[in-house]
Amino acid sequence: MVDTMFEMPLDPAGVPRGRAMIERAEWAARAFASYDSATVQRIVDAAAQAGAARAKEFAEWAVRETGYGVAEHKLLKNLACSTGIAAKYRASDYIDVVVDDAGKMVEIPRPAGVVLALTPSTNPVATVMFKITLALLTRNAIVISPHPYAKAVCAEAARTMAAAAVAAGAPDGCIQVVEEPSIPLINALMTDPRTDVILATGGTPMVRAAYRSGNPAIGVGPGNVPVLVDATADINATAQRIVDSKSFDNSILCTNESVLIVEEAASAALLNAMTRAGAHVLSDDERDRVRDLVFPDGHFDPKWVGKDATAIASAANVRVNARTKILVAPFDLVVPEEPLAHEKLCPVLGLVRVPTVGRGIDAAQAVLRITGQGHSAAIHSSNPQTIMAFSAAVRVLRVSVNVGNSLGASGIETNLAPTMTIGTGFLGRSSVGENLEPKHLINWTRIAYNSNASVPMANFAGLTPWHAPEGVVPTYPRASNDANAAPLVPSTVAMSNDAPDELRDEIRRLIIEELNAIVRG
Amino acid sequence: MSDATALDYGFFSFASKDEVLEKSKEYWNPGKTSFWSESGVPLVIDRREEYFIYDVSGKRLIDVHLNGGTYNLGHRNREMVQAITVAMQHFDMGNHHFPSLARTALAEALIASAPQNLTKVIYGSGGGEAIDIAIKTARHATQKRKILSIIKAYHGHTGLAVGTGDDRFSKLFLSDNEEDFPHVPFNDLEAMEEVLKGRDIAAVIMETIPATYGFPLPNPGYLEAVKQLCEKYDALYIADEVQTGLMRTGELWGITKHGIEPDILVTGKGISGGMYPIAAVLVSERCAGWLTEDGFGHISTFGGAELGCIAALKALEICNRAETRSMVHYISDFIGRGLREIQATYPDWFIGIRQNGVVMGLEFADPQGAKFVMKRLYENGVWAIFSTLDPRVLQYKPGILVKPELAEELLDRTEVGIAKARADVMSERKFR
Ligand SMILES: Cc1ncc(COP(=O)(O)O)c(C=O)c1O
Repeated sequence: MVDTMFEMPLDPAGVPRGRAMIERAEWAARAFASYDSATVQRIVDAAAQAGAARAKEFAEWAVRETGYGVAEHKLLKNLACSTGIAAKYRASDYIDVVVDDAGKMVEIPRPAGVVLALTPSTNPVATVMFKITLALLTRNAIVISPHPYAKAVCAEAARTMAAAAVAAGAPDGCIQVVEEPSIPLINALMTDPRTDVILATGGTPMVRAAYRSGNPAIGVGPGNVPVLVDATADINATAQRIVDSKSFDNSILCTNESVLIVEEAASAALLNAMTRAGAHVLSDDERDRVRDLVFPDGHFDPKWVGKDATAIASAANVRVNARTKILVAPFDLVVPEEPLAHEKLCPVLGLVRVPTVGRGIDAAQAVLRITGQGHSAAIHSSNPQTIMAFSAAVRVLRVSVNVGNSLGASGIETNLAPTMTIGTGFLGRSSVGENLEPKHLINWTRIAYNSNASVPMANFAGLTPWHAPEGVVPTYPRASNDANAAPLVPSTVAMSNDAPDELRDEIRRLIIEELNAIVRG
Repeated sequence: MSDATALDYGFFSFASKDEVLEKSKEYWNPGKTSFWSESGVPLVIDRREEYFIYDVSGKRLIDVHLNGGTYNLGHRNREMVQAITVAMQHFDMGNHHFPSLARTALAEALIASAPQNLTKVIYGSGGGEAIDIAIKTARHATQKRKILSIIKAYHGHTGLAVGTGDDRFSKLFLSDNEEDFPHVPFNDLEAMEEVLKGRDIAAVIMETIPATYGFPLPNPGYLEAVKQLCEKYDALYIADEVQTGLMRTGELWGITKHGIEPDILVTGKGISGGMYPIAAVLVSERCAGWLTEDGFGHISTFGGAELGCIAALKALEICNRAETRSMVHYISDFIGRGLREIQATYPDWFIGIRQNGVVMGLEFADPQGAKFVMKRLYENGVWAIFSTLDPRVLQYKPGILVKPELAEELLDRTEVGIAKARADVMSERKFR
């Protein structure tokens, strides 16, 4: 009869507080799920505008905190992921009931509930803003666990949007952020049965852990983007696009081009044009020095993530023009043992020359055999047959055509859904093959009538289960005999909003001190 | 379950629940033991976890009695169990005479959490002792003897505290003393001023919402006016936050919702985390004099036991989290709405809801109404207790960490229990 509590394992620091966040989110999600669309629109706009208002500050802060990327490019993404996303989906409706009289069905959207969002260090604030905006559009509560390298800026961005959302009527606690992320805490949040869906953007181990958690997860695989240029391409425009796209945010995104594959016939003209656009094509000696620098022992050195091309060049003892934006590293064969054929999170672009388009398609497939299946590829060509052949052969779920891939695959410069999370589908071991968008965060309850024509369907026109909240949510707990009194803001509440006071750690510290004293004594 | 070891807990065993009840009468408390059996609540608690308690028969109950907030954080709250388990590797109760690590840490945390005028902490081992300390402190600070409380107040049963309460409990032990412990009706400012006018009152002691009286709510402005009267007539204000503290009203200390800075604040019950008994008295600088004049003035071997301090630190931290505060607001909003819906279904029977946060009293249209409801709720898996000093009113005290699904289940069960109790009373009336 005595239960087994004595074997209860100790929770790692921060885990209890994380669980409390999930529980609070559960209450918030329940309240949010009955909001009407007008209120939600107000909340989305308020949060997005609050995020956008500080987009520049957050862009600079993210570069400072992580040491990666380019502030002006991050600014662009921050704006795209806040007010940009809000505008993009303004006309979409994830809330109102859909009545299909012909099909004798009524569809009621149902939010996931509690969304756990893991966000990366490479695209930190933009991903936070993106996921928050998606959650708000679909009436979900969201708990964000930012990458530890970017935790401060992400926490501030989330708090900024949360405050604006709540001020616009969102339920209290619908946006929360983990201030001190840690592996045990992330594991606890991912495996918590109250987590309704995990949005995992980040490294492969984290994404795999999300899928192992036992909870529904949308995680995406890594990219390794081949870009094919054939002889029919508009060479000058292509050169400019590739240089701009490769150098975007100093190439820390999964969408930046990794290996340029060019048809021999177009090669000289393209490289000349790229040089004019800010590329430096490395000689074989220079290429070897850059390879040794960036891939010592054949493995990528994270110290070069998102660093400027000129910094990499100078460390590799390569003299380049001060306005050089990318380094182009030629090599012959796309094989796993060639480091330059792997994903490079810095402005170094692999280059392979091929005799024919067919060999180019083979090379692109080889790039993806190394990594990046299901992600994206790009092609610059005016030949529809080539584009079709390339797209059908290469194992990716989106092909950017005549546009840089970094903003093409993410839907900012194409009509794909604008996103910070590229679904890699079955090819890339993911549950979603599209760009992540709001629709992925809801299910639908379908009211399905007897299809037999003799059974009539009732008239549902104008019926809605949703309503605007009556006031702040939840209502402030005033005494029931004093419900109309103004809410009293207590003068002396010490709210422990910061990192939890970890008593256990303190006790451990005391014990260790004590033990040390004994040992010394 | 085989009969021979039906209730074998290793430390002790009983052949059956009946044997427990018999021996409970024989060796412990025959009055109480029989009372509950006769009230239709034949409960002997076995397992306990979260907001559930289980009778030894296996019957599960949702606890909305919580022993007045002792189980505010649930039974055997995981964080509480862990904190104390870890603490036991190093600490015991400590020596009550010496300055101590845990007592100092808790005192600092309590002071940081409380109204700004409170500066020092004195520990007791339970609420009653803490109230006694508060009364002694007030007497020392004012050099006056009398303590004014309200009729049907409940501040515990220790030597001094019992005098502030209902004479049912003081007369029994020849401890009634209206001279030193005058009483006035609740919500009656005139009566209070009449007594205070004599300027011989050391302190007025008030539960922020009188629990055992069924949580009648102070009229808007009443407590504020009492505090003003105290200032006018040089009496201290003792806030008994034993049941209303620790986020139960949606703020850490209920009294802060009234903007009152009490001279003395008493906390107990929930501060233990339901795991290790402890209580505390927070006093202003004016009241703290005796701690300097004679630091040995109040001695309590168990008061401020270090394991208890660690439990209290953890409980205080959990209660004071932003997440917890938010959840209490959701819970009180949700359950409040649910109860109002139930009330709308049985308006002739369920006649009132007294609510401030998750502190709730449900009024029924019969002098013993809450006893009927208690019994029917028990049958339907909810444990809530009637108010000893006003049995029309059921004390209904959900925990501050209740999850949405449990809140829904609780309301379902409550609705059925209330309906059945109504039928009981109606048929009994016909019979009469
Ligand atoms: C408001 C109040 N004060 C004081 C006490 C006394 O606490 P204890 O039973 O721990 O002595 C109680 C106990 O029910 C109480 O409800």
